[in-house]
Amino acid sequence: MAEAAAKPGAADASGHPWVASIRAAVPDGVSAAKSFAGQVTVTVPREKILDVARHLKEAEDFRYCVDVTAVDWWKREPRFDVVYHFYSFSKNDRIRVKLAAAEGESVPSIANLYLASNWSEREIFDLYGIVFEGHPDLRRILTWDGFEGHPMRKDFPLEGIDTGAAIYPEEWPAGGGPSPNDPNRRVVSS
Amino acid sequence: MTERVFPGDLHNPPPRTVAAPKTLFDVTEMELNFGPQHPSTHGVLRIVLKVDGEKIIEAIPDVGYLHRGTEKLFESETYPMAIPHTDRLDYVAAATNNHAYCLTVEKLLAVEVPRRAQLIRVILDELQRLSSHLVWLGTSGIDLGAVTPFWYCFREREQILDFFEEYCGARLTLNCMRIGGLPFDLTPSWAEKVSEFIDDFPSRVDDYETLLTDNRIWKKRTVGVGVISAEECVEWGLTGPIIRGSGLEWDLRRAQPYECYEELDFIVPTGKNGDTYDRYLVRVAEMRQSAKIVRQCLDRLEPGEIRGKVPRVIKPVAEEIYASVESPKGELGFYLVSNGTNKPYRLHVRPPSFINLQALPRLARGHLVSDLVALIGTIDIVLGEVDR
Repeated sequence: MAEAAAKPGAADASGHPWVASIRAAVPDGVSAAKSFAGQVTVTVPREKILDVARHLKEAEDFRYCVDVTAVDWWKREPRFDVVYHFYSFSKNDRIRVKLAAAEGESVPSIANLYLASNWSEREIFDLYGIVFEGHPDLRRILTWDGFEGHPMRKDFPLEGIDTGAAIYPEEWPAGGGPSPNDPNRRVVSS
Repeated sequence: MTERVFPGDLHNPPPRTVAAPKTLFDVTEMELNFGPQHPSTHGVLRIVLKVDGEKIIEAIPDVGYLHRGTEKLFESETYPMAIPHTDRLDYVAAATNNHAYCLTVEKLLAVEVPRRAQLIRVILDELQRLSSHLVWLGTSGIDLGAVTPFWYCFREREQILDFFEEYCGARLTLNCMRIGGLPFDLTPSWAEKVSEFIDDFPSRVDDYETLLTDNRIWKKRTVGVGVISAEECVEWGLTGPIIRGSGLEWDLRRAQPYECYEELDFIVPTGKNGDTYDRYLVRVAEMRQSAKIVRQCLDRLEPGEIRGKVPRVIKPVAEEIYASVESPKGELGFYLVSNGTNKPYRLHVRPPSFINLQALPRLARGHLVSDLVALIGTIDIVLGEVDR
């Protein structure tokens, strides 16, 4: 990424060659494009992500999937953002691709296209509860099988939940943490 | 009188007539739990192995035993309060974690870091790289039966930890960087002590190499084990010494220089075959380069400011940013989403160990169970970073 001096706020990047290239290859492939501090962010419709990712990989040489993650906007509709970072060795630059998904909506998986995104998608599924359609092995990864809830969601309490594991029976007879009715229990909000 | 049996021609024994049973209990495929309490998994990593005798058919890593919800904690604390949490990600390389996080916030704030702070940051980074590689060399040596290098490696690591202790008071969880610069200036004789150590360091690397590089047992255990091509590395998202061991000269310090790496003279060592032995050679060569970088930075140190102009309350614009550094394990990145308040709305870590560990099933397929130990060692994972 070019070390451009960051101006407050982002600039429109609809004229960027990569954005134009995605537009040309995938009809309705770009819903918004911005650039901030030299980083290009392209927002795509949820169902187009596989086409956009394939185009970026095959035509634009973004062969390395750096990272896939999600953001929970809680009170916004649609609730979640799934954020992809791709890197191109020939361009020596990254592109950020974003899509929005409502609660309960599934997102097409890119794990068969980019092997590197396999565990990242599992992590999002585990921590945010977003289902990736077509993922070869969508299981929880950081929490255990049978864990209830998705810890990175904004409405999940920071103190954790009662998982039924009685680790500190003197303090919390019911289980491993404060009970859902505990008045001191805090819900972290934005 | 019983007939006496003579051993016959010992060099040409008669063929065995009784065939060994094909399978034990009629099972050809067995499931074996490797870890989570196994010394060679370097933490709490569990691998579910499907084995046919000693041969690995499939290795499925099971992670998450050390999950502490660090990313959740980030969201509830202010920007400077996140720095100590980053120490606990890759806990053998805390300085690079601090650095990656501070760099991300600085990029969002568009803060200039003073030159002296940049140089000291690079010195701390490279000392940290040395200590991390020394832990890797020592422990993965022990895993493969080479106990002696461990003592030499930890002798030098101890010295490096002493330098950190003198600089910031901590040996592992350093908390040694701040947004916009550094918490402290150097103590008066620190630079001389480091200088003396760093000038002597290449001779110490020679010591390790004497023990391992041409060692027949070491080569038997590492050459041709876990071969992966550069293309596959890109496909799997492997970074750091793994991708360089496969021959791709890609290092973020060179590809997208941060701080003052641009002006420093160092080479990015690469391997040819992409096996465990080449990755060993790459890491050893990197240690020499790190020593060279520290030397250059020490020579350039001049008195000056160590903190940039950062507001007392950090409230960045509501934007998103990604920044990464070359940690000892690979690309360590932070993705930060700000909503204009004094707390990060979302701070995601792109840990190199997590992504690199993903390729373990690919590397382990067809190898023996004992090679798995070499492979876990060569990926150089830290579970604090994998599980977060």
